[in-house]
Amino acid sequence: MIRFDEVTFTYDGAAVATLDRIDLSVGEGELCVVVGPTGSGKTTLLRAVNGLVPHFTGGRLSGEVLVDGRSTREYAPRELADVVGMVGQNPAASFVTDMVEDELAYTMENLGLAPDVMRRRVEDALDLLGLHDLRDRPLATLSGGQQQRVAIGAVLTASPRVLVLDEPTSALDPAAAEEVLASLTRLVHDLGLTVLLAEHRLERVLPFADSVVLVPGRGRPLVVGGAAEVMADSPVAPPIVDLGRLAGWSPLPLSVRDARRLSGPLRLRLEGRPPRPNPPADAAAPIEARLTRVTVDYDEVLALDAVDFAVRAGEVVAVMGRNGSGKSTLLGQLAGVRPPTSGSVDVAGADPSRLAPRALVARVGLVPQDAGILLYSESVAAECAAADRDTGLAPGTTAAVLERVLPGLPGDRHPRDLSEGQRLALALSVVLAPAPPLLLLDEPTRGLDYPGKARLVRLLAELAGEGHAVVMATHDVELVAQVATRAVVLAEGEIVADGPARDVVCHSPVFAPQVAKVLAPELWLTVDEVRGALEVEAVRG
Amino acid sequence: MSPAARSAGGRRGLHPGAWWLWAACLAGAASRTTNPILLLLIGAVAVYVVAARRTAAPWSRSIVLFLKLGVFVILLRVVLVMVFGNRVGGHVLFSLPQVPLPSWAAGVSIGGPVTAEAVIEAAVEGLRLAVVLICFGAANSLASPYRLLRCLPAVLYEAGVAITVSLAFAPELVMAIGDVREARRLRGRPTRGLAGLRGTAVPVLERALDRSLQLAASMDARGYGRRVAVGRGVRRWAGAAMAIGILALLAGIYGVLAAGSLPGGGIPFVAAGAVLLGAGLAASGRRTNRTRYRPDVWRSAEWLVSASGVVVVGSMVTAGILGVPGLQFSVYPLAAPTLPLLAAVGILVGLVPAWAAPVERPSGRVVAPTTPRVAATTAAAADRDAVTTLLVSARTEGTVA
Repeated sequence: MIRFDEVTFTYDGAAVATLDRIDLSVGEGELCVVVGPTGSGKTTLLRAVNGLVPHFTGGRLSGEVLVDGRSTREYAPRELADVVGMVGQNPAASFVTDMVEDELAYTMENLGLAPDVMRRRVEDALDLLGLHDLRDRPLATLSGGQQQRVAIGAVLTASPRVLVLDEPTSALDPAAAEEVLASLTRLVHDLGLTVLLAEHRLERVLPFADSVVLVPGRGRPLVVGGAAEVMADSPVAPPIVDLGRLAGWSPLPLSVRDARRLSGPLRLRLEGRPPRPNPPADAAAPIEARLTRVTVDYDEVLALDAVDFAVRAGEVVAVMGRNGSGKSTLLGQLAGVRPPTSGSVDVAGADPSRLAPRALVARVGLVPQDAGILLYSESVAAECAAADRDTGLAPGTTAAVLERVLPGLPGDRHPRDLSEGQRLALALSVVLAPAPPLLLLDEPTRGLDYPGKARLVRLLAELAGEGHAVVMATHDVELVAQVATRAVVLAEGEIVADGPARDVVCHSPVFAPQVAKVLAPELWLTVDEVRGALEVEAVRG
Repeated sequence: MSPAARSAGGRRGLHPGAWWLWAACLAGAASRTTNPILLLLIGAVAVYVVAARRTAAPWSRSIVLFLKLGVFVILLRVVLVMVFGNRVGGHVLFSLPQVPLPSWAAGVSIGGPVTAEAVIEAAVEGLRLAVVLICFGAANSLASPYRLLRCLPAVLYEAGVAITVSLAFAPELVMAIGDVREARRLRGRPTRGLAGLRGTAVPVLERALDRSLQLAASMDARGYGRRVAVGRGVRRWAGAAMAIGILALLAGIYGVLAAGSLPGGGIPFVAAGAVLLGAGLAASGRRTNRTRYRPDVWRSAEWLVSASGVVVVGSMVTAGILGVPGLQFSVYPLAAPTLPLLAAVGILVGLVPAWAAPVERPSGRVVAPTTPRVAATTAAAADRDAVTTLLVSARTEGTVA
């Protein structure tokens, strides 16, 4: 269905080819997952399928990409619209109309389909993706998961043979991600659609994958094969695969169900040795920030409803909850982005919304979801120098922090050319330079690959050890499992759970990490914990 | 009726063209009188119909913005007249300190005595403009401009898309500005003043550019701009017909608005222009083979609503031709305005849509959320996630449902 023949692609002005002599073939009715570190060329590969690369981006492409027998050499992306449906990273940015139903019909209108055909297909798409209740809603009022499903539906109505998705679940909470992936699986199974999707959160997509394409980057050849086969020695792997490798399971399990069936012996070995509970929060540690009965009311939406919340030095608090439950608003309150509608906010003895910018950054640092928005300079070095100037620090302070967060980042790179992980590191350094006792992170792992995530986990643990209080809003349950000491779950602006991370996440079917699901009822969170326990056993044995 | 047309009763309510025609007629009527009673009557009719037939959609709140804008226009006009107005004499209310101007600036004055006549005249002039604005606000609230654009003929479709995209872009730009300002604060940088402005503009433009590139890629990938070959001669004739048609139409509209400037009140020009334009559009529309999903249909309700608008403007024009006294309000001498009955009754016919237009019904279960998930997620643009986006979107009225 999709064939790449000796495809080499170089962006204009780039010294190295992004895709280097790629050969790839994806069969009909296959769900193929593209994995690889950030910046390895996954997005370029996906966009080459319908000819956006090179027709839209410029650059030089040699070799040939064939989709359903049509070559992107002869067909422009718009002429492939009836064969390839493309859903980008940010669905909201791809909407052309303003209502759900019109958006679903847009591609068909361009293709000139008859009105009664369009009507029927829109109804089908509404049913297939469970969008029926939303048909008359303006697109701007939809949640992230709903927008993602509308974006899929909007390309599906043209009845393409191939669906290409770039990180379809990265912005979604675990439940919404399940919803989208379930819809996709259904399309593959029922309609024989070929799906090619790139995703960093492998733990979410691998159970559904037929095949995996590993893009190692830096010009190394692709690794293509069955999911279990490729995962056996992939540098990027979800926790369940790591656990499988640790326990020596074969074939490697990709879903919780498979792993659970293989996990009997492991659970037996771990019996009587429950995971060490995290030390309880130091009750004597000073409280860094406190919200008292804070209510935030945006015109018609109650974002926070009389929330009481406090965070102590040395804690890493994960704030979880579905999209739109008030996580970001909570962080915003702690950072004084706007004053609360009622209630009071106290960060180190002051109301953050009244602090002058310079006084604010010395008390609290916030890294927003789109970390790049904090960066404006022309180069990494200039960014560090600007941060020193802005906050009145000794020259070189920020650069020193950056060296600690991510050693060896070249100072002459433009922040826009950095990978997601590098950009996050730079933004973090800028925020950390004035040494704020309270650090806030909004979705820090969005777009981050596993090595980037591991680095972040180490850094956060270190910072907490030094007495920083960290609060992070996240959908990433594996991140919570690795680093959080306390978890707070928000629903509709209220705190519905607050306690040690282990108890909160393991007892929720939605937020439980993979390891916890496999090894339930014991409350194991990460592969490292299990590895530690097994090593102790080995030493004793 | 074909199955593809909108269901009877109009799940989506009235054809947007009918609403805009009705509103344009009201605005046309307002532009032909300076009688404050008639003007207020027109404004009240427009607001009443909006109140009776508006939906829960975000844009239906835009009437409030237009009302505020109207008040601002009136105040601005009055203040300007107080400061710069010409001093013809009359009942002096109070005096502002006068700024002496050099002799070459004769005719211009700043400050001086403010007369009741000048203030009232300014207020009425302002009111006329405000009422015209409110009429368009009403159209905006009753039928989103996007829906009107959907009805454009195929050849104007591309221009329509450009307008649609830019309309969607405005609120996003406001959001982006808010995002960047918050980010500056988080960096410990000034958010106000000249430095704040300069530091905000570049990143905002960068983001705007990013977003438009993403949209362009998406539109390309979704088949936008697929074409059918059409002969060059046809294209040329179509272009000429459209250009002449638009000119004739504009001249005609000018004739209608400025009474007595063209023979026949400009109506022949309007008619000829419309025919030419229509022919041109039809000819060049053959280049795209777009089809339209569930086009809005024009039925009796649409005829009724547009007819009521025509009656409003028609009665005003007739009253003008018959020379009915009281259409134009004069402050010299100062006297209470009279009520020209013909025009007033005509305006009241404009209320017909409040009953004649079908109520827009959302389909079935949308209103009652079935699961907590739906309830939580009506939170709207909130889900664009970022802390800052969330805050700003709530701040920009109308972008959050």
